[in-house]
Amino acid sequence: MAIAKRQRTELATHKFEYAPAPESTDFVKIEPRYGLFIGGKMVAAHSKKRFATINPATEQKLSEVVEADATDVDRAVKAADRAFVSWSRLDPSRRARYIFRISRILQERARELAVVETMDGGKPIKESRDVDIPLAAAHFFYYAGWADKLEWAFPNRKPRPIGVAGQVIPWNFPLLMLAWKIAPALAAGNTVVLKPAETTPLSAMLFADICQQAELPPGVVNIVTGAGQTGALVVSHPGVKKVAFTGSTEVGKSIQRSLAGSGKRLTLELGGKAANIVFEDAPMDAAIEGIVNGIYFNQGHVCCAGSRLLVQESIAEPLLEKLKVRLGTLRLGDPLDKNTDIGAINSKAQLDKIAGLVEAGVEEGAELFQPECKLPERGFWFPPTLFTNVSQSYRIAREEIFGPVLSVLTFRTPAEAVEKANNTPYGLSAGVWTDKGSRILWMVERMRAGVVWANTFNRFDPTSPFGGYKESGYGREGGLHGLMPYVELN
Amino acid sequence: MDVRKTYKLYIGGEFVRSESGRAYRVDGSVNVPRGSRKDLRDAISAARKAFPGWAERTAMNRGQILYRAAEMLDGRRAQFVEVLGGGRVAAREVDQAVEAFVWYAGWTDKLAQVAGNTNPVAGPYFNFTIPEPTGVVGIVAPSESALSGLVKRVAPALCGGNTVVVLASESEPLPALTLAEVLATSDLPAGVVNVIGGYRRELLSWLGAHMDVNAVDVAGCTPGDVAAIEKSAAENVKRVIKITAGEMSPQLITAFMEMKTVWHPIGV
Repeated sequence: MAIAKRQRTELATHKFEYAPAPESTDFVKIEPRYGLFIGGKMVAAHSKKRFATINPATEQKLSEVVEADATDVDRAVKAADRAFVSWSRLDPSRRARYIFRISRILQERARELAVVETMDGGKPIKESRDVDIPLAAAHFFYYAGWADKLEWAFPNRKPRPIGVAGQVIPWNFPLLMLAWKIAPALAAGNTVVLKPAETTPLSAMLFADICQQAELPPGVVNIVTGAGQTGALVVSHPGVKKVAFTGSTEVGKSIQRSLAGSGKRLTLELGGKAANIVFEDAPMDAAIEGIVNGIYFNQGHVCCAGSRLLVQESIAEPLLEKLKVRLGTLRLGDPLDKNTDIGAINSKAQLDKIAGLVEAGVEEGAELFQPECKLPERGFWFPPTLFTNVSQSYRIAREEIFGPVLSVLTFRTPAEAVEKANNTPYGLSAGVWTDKGSRILWMVERMRAGVVWANTFNRFDPTSPFGGYKESGYGREGGLHGLMPYVELN
Repeated sequence: MDVRKTYKLYIGGEFVRSESGRAYRVDGSVNVPRGSRKDLRDAISAARKAFPGWAERTAMNRGQILYRAAEMLDGRRAQFVEVLGGGRVAAREVDQAVEAFVWYAGWTDKLAQVAGNTNPVAGPYFNFTIPEPTGVVGIVAPSESALSGLVKRVAPALCGGNTVVVLASESEPLPALTLAEVLATSDLPAGVVNVIGGYRRELLSWLGAHMDVNAVDVAGCTPGDVAAIEKSAAENVKRVIKITAGEMSPQLITAFMEMKTVWHPIGV
C-alpha cells in the first residue's frame, strides 16, 4: 500500500512535456459572412440583422451570420414544402443514393469539418476529428440504407413520410446533431428546415455546401441561422408538420406547450443529470477513465454526461485519490492542439452559468477540488472540477451544469445506488461499473434512463437508439427506433 | 325486490365513494360517483405504488392476468350487454373488448422480440434495446364504444407493464365502472388499474398537470381537451398519446413505453 501510494504521488508530480501540436487551419475557408441555405442555394436574407460567431478559445470573430426573421423562415418552409412533393415520391433507392453521397463527402471533407467545428465551438480537435465528424458521416451512411427498406422496418404497416420537419439543434455537437436530425428525416422521405445553434452555425454552413456538392434536389434541406427567436419561428410555422428539438429541458417544455393542439408531431431530446455508479468490485483504473470520459469529454457540454458520480463507500477514498491525480494530468488549452483534453467553454454565457453553479456548490457546503491548471488569458475556460461532500439536495447534484463539473456522492447498497440514481426528474443516461454480470443486469432493469453504459461511458453509434425517460424528453434518435418519429404508420 | 347496485370509484383495489360525497345522474336513474381532484390524486398515488411490482412481473404472468381479464369479462357478457343498452351492437362491443384483452394478453411476452433489438455497433461492444413501461398512465375513456374503446387502450398500457388511472366517460361512465369489477377479480394487483368517474372539467386539467403521471392517452378527448392536456403536460414532459381510437397494434403498446439501450464492452 505504501509503495502504491508513493507511485501515485510520483505520477502526480511528474509532468510529461508536450511540444505544441496545433492542427493547421490554412486550408479552411470561412466566408466573412453567410446568407441562408434555401431552395438549394445560399441566398441573401430578408432580415437585415446579423450577428458574429466567434472562436471561444480566442474570442476572435470568425464570421457573420443572419438572424433569420419570419419572412426568411417562411421562405425556407415553402421551399421545403415544394421539394417534399418530388422528394417523397422519388424512388427510395434514389433517395438512398443522395444520402450515401452526403456521407461520403463528409468523410472526404472530414479534416476541414473537424477544424471548423473546433474553431467555432471550442471542443478539442481530437474529439471533433475522432468522434463528431466520423459519427456524423456514419449516421448518414446508416440511414441512407434505410431509405429503400422502410417496409421491412415496420412490418404490416405502410410507412409514409410526414412532410416538412422543423429541426432545432444545440451547440455541443453541431454537425453530429445535424446528422442525427437530417439523416433519418431524409431517409423516410421528409424535407427539412434546420436551425443550428447561434454560437455554432459554421459547420451547418459547410453542410449547405456539401448538399450542393451532392446535388441534393433543391429545398430538400434548408438551413436558417439565428437564435431562440428564429427557432421559435421554425417550430411554430404552420407548414412544419414534425418538430424535433435537442436542447435544454426548459426550452423543450416551452416548445411542447407552444405546440399544444397544433397536431404537429414532436420529439424532444433534453437535459440530463446522469449517475455514474461505481461498485467496489469494479476495475478501478477502467472506472476512472470512464468517470473522466463521462464528465470531462467535450468540457462536460454533453446532455448525457455522467455528472453525478455515485461511488460505493468502501472504495470512495482510494478512488477519489486516484481520480484527483488523473485530473491533474488533463491538458487544458488550445482546442486545435492535438494533445488537448479540455478545450474552451462554448460561450461566455455558458461559462457564467457554470461558474454560478460552482459558486452555489461551495456556498451550500460542498468541498471543491480543482487541479493546478493554468487557464489561457483570452477565451472562455473552466478547469476540471470535482465536488465531494455533496448532498442530494444541493443544486450541483440536481441541476444540469453542462460543464466540466463532477459531483461525488456515496452509497452502501445496490438498492441505495438505484434510489439515488433515479432521484432526479431527468432520465437520459446512466453508467454502472462492476465486475458482476448479474448485478449489471439488475441495475440496468432498475435505472430509469434511456441509455445505460455498463463498464463504459459516452459511447455512441448510428445503430444505437438514444433518448430519454421522464423530463429528458421523448422519442429516440439512432437505430431502427430513430425512424419512428419521421414516418406515418397505417 | 331488486338489490340495487351503488356504483363506486375503484382506487387501489377498493371500491370507494368519492371523498366529496357527490354524485351525478347520467340518465336520471343511476347515481354515478363524482370523483374529485383528491380522488384523482389518490388514484395516481395508488397507481404509482403499484407500478414497480407490476412492471417487475414476468411478461408471461402479465399475459396470464390479461387473459384472466378476458375470461372474467366474457363471463359477465350478459351484464355488459345490458349496461351497453342491449342488442347486437352491444354484443359486438363486448366481443371486441374480450378480443382486445386476449390479443394483448398474447403480446406481453412477444413485444420485446418485435420492438427490441440488438444493435450492431461499430466497436467491441454488445448493445441491445429493450422496451420498458413508462410508468403511470392516465387514460381518458372514449364515449363512443365506451367498453371496447376503453379496453383497447387499457389492455396495451397494461401489456407493457404500466399502471393506469382511467377517467371514465362523463356521458357513458357505467361500462368503465363495471369493467372495474372485472379487473378486481382478474388477479390484477391492487392499484394497477384505477377508475374515476366524474365531470371532465373538474378532473382533466389535474390529470394533465399531475407531476407523477408519465403519459396521458387522449383518445377520449375533444380537440379542445387535447390542446389543454398537451399544454399542461409540458410541465413534466408527459407523453401525450394520440393514436386513433379503435386501433389495435404493437405500436400502441410501445406508445406507452420507453426504449432503453444498454452497452457493454466485449473482452476477455
